[in-house]
Amino acid sequence: MKRIYSVLVENRAGVLSKVSGLFSRRNFNIDSLVVGETADKSVSCMTIVSSGDERTIEQIEKQLNKKIDVIKVKTFKESLSINRELMLIKVKYNKENRRDIMENCEIMNAQIVDMSKNMMIIQICDTSERIELFIEMLRSVSIVEIARTGTVALTKCKEQ
Amino acid sequence: MIGAEAIVKCLEKEKTEVVFGYSGVAIDPFWNKILDTDIKRVLIRTEQNAAHCANGYARISGKVGVCAVTSGPGATNLITGIATAYADSIPLVAITGQVNSDMIGSDVFQEADITGAVESFVKYSYLVRDVNDIPRVFKEAFYLAGTGRKGPVLIDIPFDVQNAQFEGKFCYPETISMRTYKPTVKGNMVQIKKVIKEVEKAKKPIICVGGGVHLSKATAEIRKFAELNSVPVVSTMMGIGVMPTEHPLYFGMVGNNGQSYANRAMNESDLLLMVGARVADRAVNRPDLITENKVMVHIDVDPAEIGKNVGPTIPLVGDIKHIFADFLAQDEHADDHSQWLEILNGYKKDAAVKAKPAKKGYVKPKDFIVKLSEIMDDDAIYVADVGQNQMWSCSYHIVKNGRFITSGGMGTMGYSIPAAMGAKLVDKKKQVVAVTGDGAFQMSMMELATMRQYGINVKIVVMKNGFLGMVREHQHYTYNDNYSMVELQGDPDLSLIAAAYGMDYAKVDGNSDIEAELKKFLKDDKSALMEVSVDPMELTREK
Repeated sequence: MKRIYSVLVENRAGVLSKVSGLFSRRNFNIDSLVVGETADKSVSCMTIVSSGDERTIEQIEKQLNKKIDVIKVKTFKESLSINRELMLIKVKYNKENRRDIMENCEIMNAQIVDMSKNMMIIQICDTSERIELFIEMLRSVSIVEIARTGTVALTKCKEQ
Repeated sequence: MIGAEAIVKCLEKEKTEVVFGYSGVAIDPFWNKILDTDIKRVLIRTEQNAAHCANGYARISGKVGVCAVTSGPGATNLITGIATAYADSIPLVAITGQVNSDMIGSDVFQEADITGAVESFVKYSYLVRDVNDIPRVFKEAFYLAGTGRKGPVLIDIPFDVQNAQFEGKFCYPETISMRTYKPTVKGNMVQIKKVIKEVEKAKKPIICVGGGVHLSKATAEIRKFAELNSVPVVSTMMGIGVMPTEHPLYFGMVGNNGQSYANRAMNESDLLLMVGARVADRAVNRPDLITENKVMVHIDVDPAEIGKNVGPTIPLVGDIKHIFADFLAQDEHADDHSQWLEILNGYKKDAAVKAKPAKKGYVKPKDFIVKLSEIMDDDAIYVADVGQNQMWSCSYHIVKNGRFITSGGMGTMGYSIPAAMGAKLVDKKKQVVAVTGDGAFQMSMMELATMRQYGINVKIVVMKNGFLGMVREHQHYTYNDNYSMVELQGDPDLSLIAAAYGMDYAKVDGNSDIEAELKKFLKDDKSALMEVSVDPMELTREK
């Protein structure tokens, strides 16, 4: 089962390693982990995507709550949240496949943000699932490099 | 005022009576300034034992134990002691010196990233970068260590911060407010009422007490509740002593090293109140089975413990003392479970095995420990080490009004002597006996010098069998007596060791009058060493 944890933490040195260390020490998975400041400069928000059975999901939340630097833990299913990930992907292109790539970009709402004679960087911001799909679509082209941010998420407005 | 003075002032504000530790340049400003106070200093002989001393002190005094060591190897040596305290939720504040702030990260002499290294063994850690943070950091550290699920907190203070000028007036915070830390004290009333209903309904209720009961100082409340409703009590290793061993409602220690009738009682109960216990592997073999056919109530101050190893029917988070006080206030009529108790007493009787006599020349551990318990003061403190001696101690020591302490979670060999020293310093009038094996003794015998230096008079019993017995026993069963790495040859002559440190010495073997020897051993408050000859092939459990 996939779970998203939105964890508000004190914006202090060493907090990231304390939280990520907890996952390895307790044998929990991390699919992705993103940290950034919030509107309050003393608080950072970590978005952690993890998976496990029900007991593990509950333990992760409890163990996170136990960390002294953790202010608040929110956990939710993907379906109850708006979640996005940003990917930059560098591909090699040629005359034959150039149109195809551009069409794919259009379909997937991705933008070409940099270009040279034979390479381009495409940017896409979407759900992890659609990003995976986009990568699949580009498999026929030669992919040079990929950089992904991991998921950030907020619960949907309706819930509140 | 400099940082080191501020640290000492914080300790005075926390009413710290004694600091166990070791010296080194990086912590020297602190040891220099502590001279200006009445706080006692105990220079131990290796850093690990500073934490064990503070551990024993904390468990008996109910206060936060304090230890201080230098940077680098001093700090890393302390880690086993910190992990030992963490595993048993013992409140400690460990202070470590650190290299100068601007040197951190450059691998200079005696630098170790101690806050990084202890991360998974501490409740929290601080690296103090600004001298003016010292009062807040200490206030928080003592608060964190001694509240909620207790545990060790480490404060790492660079040399230059200890020497830096403190700005303005020293002001120790009176109150504390941490937005991220608010432990639950009172239990949820709805849940409490639910539990009381279950107790009234139950035909075969049982309480299993763990170390959390001692930590919450809830012994009196639990006894009262058990007596009021005639509910039998079993304990984990850490919960030994919550009930006097010979209390009619007490049915021994559970677990794979516990009494068969204790396990049977727990398995056959229809209501199990698990109180301040982790339900860890040594106490409960198959946690998934324990909730079968019964209502399980899990009471713990740490919400993360509930459901970690076993899913309870009724979770109840809060401080045990408060919860049982609420139980007593809510519980209107006393219940009678005499039938259930009769069954359990039957199990107890069935389990009584006739022990084989000791092999010629050796002492039977059971006979010895039972005798020792009888002759010890009623309120004496018994500190068990780790190994076969620990199992014998758990099984045969009779707690009256004293305490039984041991390293339960981590199982750290060499714990008993330093922990006994810490316990002794709480109240020098109380008798403290450390029972250890020849393996663990040799891991901690350097502290005999510390005992002599400070007049910390602990009675030490060494169960000598020339083996690392617990593992030998394992190899006996698992590897068909193919022994590897368990023979202790080259053991020193313990009479000469005792003489070297100016201690009284006695040896007990199969031909000795154990009672007379023990009476002599315990007759005064001087430190003494007793060697007990145990058959190397002796087992912890007779089949």
